[in-house]
Amino acid sequence: MAGVQVSSLSRSFGAHKALDDVSIDFADGGFYALLGPSGSGKTTLLRQIAGFDFPDSGRIAIGGESVERVPVEKRRIGMVFQNYALFPNMSVADNVAFGLSVRGEAKATIASEVQRALDLVQLGKLGSRRPHQLSGGQRQRVALARAIVTKPRVLLLDEPLGALDKALRVDMQIELKRIQREIGITTIFVTHDQEEALTMSDRIGILRDGRLVQEGSPEEIYDSPKSEFAATFLGDANIFRGETTGTGIRLPDGTAIAAGAGATLAAGAKASCAVRPERIRIAADSGMSDPNANILRGQVSKRIFAGNNSTYFVERDRQTLKVIVQNTGADRLAEGQDVVLRWSPESTVLIATS
Amino acid sequence: MAGQVATGSRSGLRSALPLLLPAYLWLTVAIFLPLSAMVFFSFMTELPLAGKVWAFTLDNYTTFFSQGLYWRLLLASLRLGLEVTLWCVVIGYPAAYVLAKVLKGRSREAIFLLVILPFWSNGLVRIFSWAMVLREGGILDTALNAVLPFKINIDLMYSYPAVIIGLVHSYVPYMVLTCYLTLQAIDDSLIEAGRSLGASRLQMLKRVIIPLSMPGLVAGAALIFVPVVGSFMEPRILGGRTGTFYGTVIEDQFVAVFNWPLGAALSFILLAVVLVILALASPVLKRAA
Repeated sequence: MAGVQVSSLSRSFGAHKALDDVSIDFADGGFYALLGPSGSGKTTLLRQIAGFDFPDSGRIAIGGESVERVPVEKRRIGMVFQNYALFPNMSVADNVAFGLSVRGEAKATIASEVQRALDLVQLGKLGSRRPHQLSGGQRQRVALARAIVTKPRVLLLDEPLGALDKALRVDMQIELKRIQREIGITTIFVTHDQEEALTMSDRIGILRDGRLVQEGSPEEIYDSPKSEFAATFLGDANIFRGETTGTGIRLPDGTAIAAGAGATLAAGAKASCAVRPERIRIAADSGMSDPNANILRGQVSKRIFAGNNSTYFVERDRQTLKVIVQNTGADRLAEGQDVVLRWSPESTVLIATS
Repeated sequence: MAGQVATGSRSGLRSALPLLLPAYLWLTVAIFLPLSAMVFFSFMTELPLAGKVWAFTLDNYTTFFSQGLYWRLLLASLRLGLEVTLWCVVIGYPAAYVLAKVLKGRSREAIFLLVILPFWSNGLVRIFSWAMVLREGGILDTALNAVLPFKINIDLMYSYPAVIIGLVHSYVPYMVLTCYLTLQAIDDSLIEAGRSLGASRLQMLKRVIIPLSMPGLVAGAALIFVPVVGSFMEPRILGGRTGTFYGTVIEDQFVAVFNWPLGAALSFILLAVVLVILALASPVLKRAA
């Protein structure tokens, strides 16, 4: 087991910069999500770490050893593919045994290791089946068992849950996390699903256009995004744009919004503020008063009831704001109603506009 | 449930009939009838032409078993079929692999065209151009002598190797095409998965790629082996006197000796032998595929 260090990694395909000076430190034993829209370079980065493709410049180290020119078969990594990539001509047990048997391990060792790995993914009794006789979730487990049975230094997962339906996905998320904890392997996980990234990983790296936008724990990125992109890609956010006053921004219509978190900026520069929809209180009037709170008035244009919560879309000054309210049984607001929105400066993140 | 399926497939057959009928009518008229006539001929003493007297006989078949010559020729033809098939695998499989897994886009199209080209050229033209290459003082001989510092004599014309070269050239596209199709269907991520597990390229080939492309190899082998065993054009033109095979003897019966009954009998014996070989090989091939 080992950590992975990626420093100043760049890779271009023709004129397209798939990776542009990316540096990330993947800690030993951590569960790391690489999150980004398609074309952001997250899969390219994973393939570089795996060794399917070599960088134009930069360095990759696994367990402190430089590997950027080492081909994949010598890197001792385990990889799980989106389509599972099980060998259809072999039984489940032979698939799992493949990595050990190409290394020339003894038959008895292979058999016991394969059984251990299959037990770990709770498929102990299905060793003699063929891949096509398994369900999607079971194939996923076989692919995982095959990847970890060789005791790789790093486990790489390329959108491993992408082909599963919602209910199975949630099961597999928990399962994957359990197995990862049990063997304590450094895991790098590529996904475009922000919820998956939030719930599963210790740390998240957000990529966009081949660059690392932000990196940190799920809480850090969610609570203090450093860019509009990070704020809106990981979770929902209301974005206000204006000029900084140093401790907040002034909107074009003169309204001041105070921010208690985020960047410190010189007054006068263009900047934005991000507020999460669930941090905003919505009420029919300005009854309760808190002198420090940010206050905006608007009109409810739409309400979507989702059982445990409701989402209100509130129009103000050519902007639509989103507010999520927990279902506490309190009075619900009607569409078309004038409302007052209030939230604390601590819930407001000041972001430099680049 | 079972009843529903049965009625479903029956009505499926009825609606499929108009689509099947033209092909089967054509096959009946163009192949089944002449072939039946040939079966009939093979049991006759004479062709019933120009008022000749004829009778039913089994002599045409007993001739094959009583004369060692036909046995020896059949064995030689089977050996020729086997060798040509093997050379087609050796030459065609790597080409199919490169086409399916290495080349992309334009270059793939170009190489593909070069592979298909023999299909589009006339068989006789193809064989006679080989004759010009292989004979003494031909293209190969002249070119090698121009390059090499010492004198060598290349005269492959009218030899067994010349027959093999001509046949392999004619039939290798079948192997390339059938193998290309099965190799193409192998997901690249399988190869990547194997490599990530530490397998060398050779191990991947042996344990994943060849087993998965076995159906293509088998189909290609069947497409090549059967016609090569009965081939007569390449053996006759490129083989000369050494080019007497089972196929050329059958051809002689039809075009030179005008002993159609014997030619027909020899043809059906060949058909039977080939069917028996394929039937014996099918369990092995099925397991491999």
